[in-house]
Amino acid sequence: MMDWGYLFEVCLTGLAGGGLYALAALAFVLVYKATRVVNLAIGELLMAGGYLFFTFAAMWALPLWLAIPAAVLASGMLGGLIERLVIRPLLGEPPISAFMVTVGLGSILVGLVEIIWGADQRRLPDFMPTKPVMVGDAFLAPKVFWGAVIAAVFIAAVLLVFRYWRGGVALRATASDQAAAYVVGINVPRVFSLSWVVSAMLAAVSGIIVGSIGGISSSMGVFGLSVLVVVIVGGLDSVLGALVAGLIVGLVEGLAAAYLGGEFKLLATFVVLVGILMVRPYGLFGTRDIERL
Amino acid sequence: MRIGTLKESYVADAALFDSRTQRAWLVVAAACLVLLPFVANDYWLYMACLVAINIASSAGLNILTGYTGLVSLGQAAFMGLGAYTVAILQIRWGTPLLLNLLAGGVVAMLGGVVVGVPSLRVKGLYLAIVTIAATFIAHFLFANLEFTGGTSGLSMSPGRLFGVELDTSFRLYWLIVPLTMLMLLGAANLFRTRIGRAFIAIRDRDISAEVLGIPLLRYKLLSFGLSSFYAGVAGGLWAYFFRVITPESFPLSMSIFFLAAIIVGGMGSTLGSILGAVFMTMVPEVLKLVFDLLPASTNLAVLLSPVRLIIFGALIVGFLIFEPLGLAEMWRRIRRFFHLWPFRN
Repeated sequence: MMDWGYLFEVCLTGLAGGGLYALAALAFVLVYKATRVVNLAIGELLMAGGYLFFTFAAMWALPLWLAIPAAVLASGMLGGLIERLVIRPLLGEPPISAFMVTVGLGSILVGLVEIIWGADQRRLPDFMPTKPVMVGDAFLAPKVFWGAVIAAVFIAAVLLVFRYWRGGVALRATASDQAAAYVVGINVPRVFSLSWVVSAMLAAVSGIIVGSIGGISSSMGVFGLSVLVVVIVGGLDSVLGALVAGLIVGLVEGLAAAYLGGEFKLLATFVVLVGILMVRPYGLFGTRDIERL
Repeated sequence: MRIGTLKESYVADAALFDSRTQRAWLVVAAACLVLLPFVANDYWLYMACLVAINIASSAGLNILTGYTGLVSLGQAAFMGLGAYTVAILQIRWGTPLLLNLLAGGVVAMLGGVVVGVPSLRVKGLYLAIVTIAATFIAHFLFANLEFTGGTSGLSMSPGRLFGVELDTSFRLYWLIVPLTMLMLLGAANLFRTRIGRAFIAIRDRDISAEVLGIPLLRYKLLSFGLSSFYAGVAGGLWAYFFRVITPESFPLSMSIFFLAAIIVGGMGSTLGSILGAVFMTMVPEVLKLVFDLLPASTNLAVLLSPVRLIIFGALIVGFLIFEPLGLAEMWRRIRRFFHLWPFRN
């Protein structure tokens, strides 16, 4: 006999976790759309955001309303710095170069975090309500629920901003045709910087949420692997794909962990990934490249 | 193209080693490799074996990524396949060493072909992620199958070759280094054949290659197979070298290490595989030596691993930005400088 209540609970938790994936995946897709750089350091950017928040909130004891924006802004600066120093010189190089450079970047970030904050796991100060959340009969861990809510709010905000704000329009223009964007007077290099800054800020937000759920450590970058699966499943350059695939991967991970065991979590997502890629090589919603000779 | 090397026939043009100086240096290098075990201490022999194993694996990855242009982050998984095959054969049936290594290579090759199957439809970075998936699936299998010994892994007795127990670095050196040399020679020669040139054509533009009559799927799979065969043999050597194999022995970071090695060394160059693997294996060791020299009273030792990470990352970033063709290109520049030296430079 199947326990429907339990299944419902597992699904809800999975979907809520998927919301976090969706937010981080959005950060990834922004960079990819604008600059065609596959940012493998997304997990490490998350980690950096989490640690910056830790510094401001726990070490400097700033109030939360100040610490969170400060961490997000500092992460944004880090993103801009990375773009300017490392990504910009590689414009026009083959995609594998940019991809590997982010791998190197991830390694550097992990090393820096271990030097500055040590390798031990830390707890972030609690800032989310601790009252259990009940959806119908299903129980949902409060942090997971509120984390998903915050993620959803940010996703909505980003979507609106990039729909109506001039900078957002410029970014979408650059994504669809770089040369044409130049022609109409868009400062394309600035768009590149902008995309990295915004992406790092979004990563910081999800880093803060993920960190406050499970604590922060220098191995937090593993979260980035799941994010990578999400964006590949959804299609690298699709915002809609990131959101849908985020929920799918969250769901699959939740179900696999609940019914098969924790060690099946990554396996299940990767099997889903390979399966989807075999059917749709550009992910669920990715643009199919038309190759010409 | 260097000056002063006039070639009169295609054979001369396609020769691996084209000048007398080069051949002379090669003899010197070979002599050094033969003499090394007699002068070096255990530590350096250990390092030499490790470097040779890494060279073999990097050479394999270079075939796939450097020459065929298919980015793979699964090299460690293929090494794992080879290592587990060798260990299981050795423990269960005690089959001869060279046969085990061959079997390890073949099993890894089959694994590589399976992973390569999506490569016709799935391209570029999507493919890289598929190989990451392969790494995790392999790790899961190693950790959960019955005959791989689960999470505690396998430990094996030293291998035997021609009645000699291969239990010291000194003895292993005579197995590992010649095999690596053989594999390097194979890799270098591969690119003088139709197959190797087809790989290069695929890298440069796969659709054009297909138009020119290169069956893409067959050659991409061949490239995956060859590359993982190298990884499998390297993994087998790794198994004989360390003799303890656990699922954690072949993490994703190891695949990244090999990719970094061929980037730092130079993609699409056999020399690059050698230089890159030597360099990337030695940097952490040199760093450790430097840290050992520092005063022991300070607690600097805890910084070693993060500093390694930072230097590892900085090397990748630095080489990609400042020397995208890697150490092999630096080497070529130095060689060109001394080519007609001291008369001209």
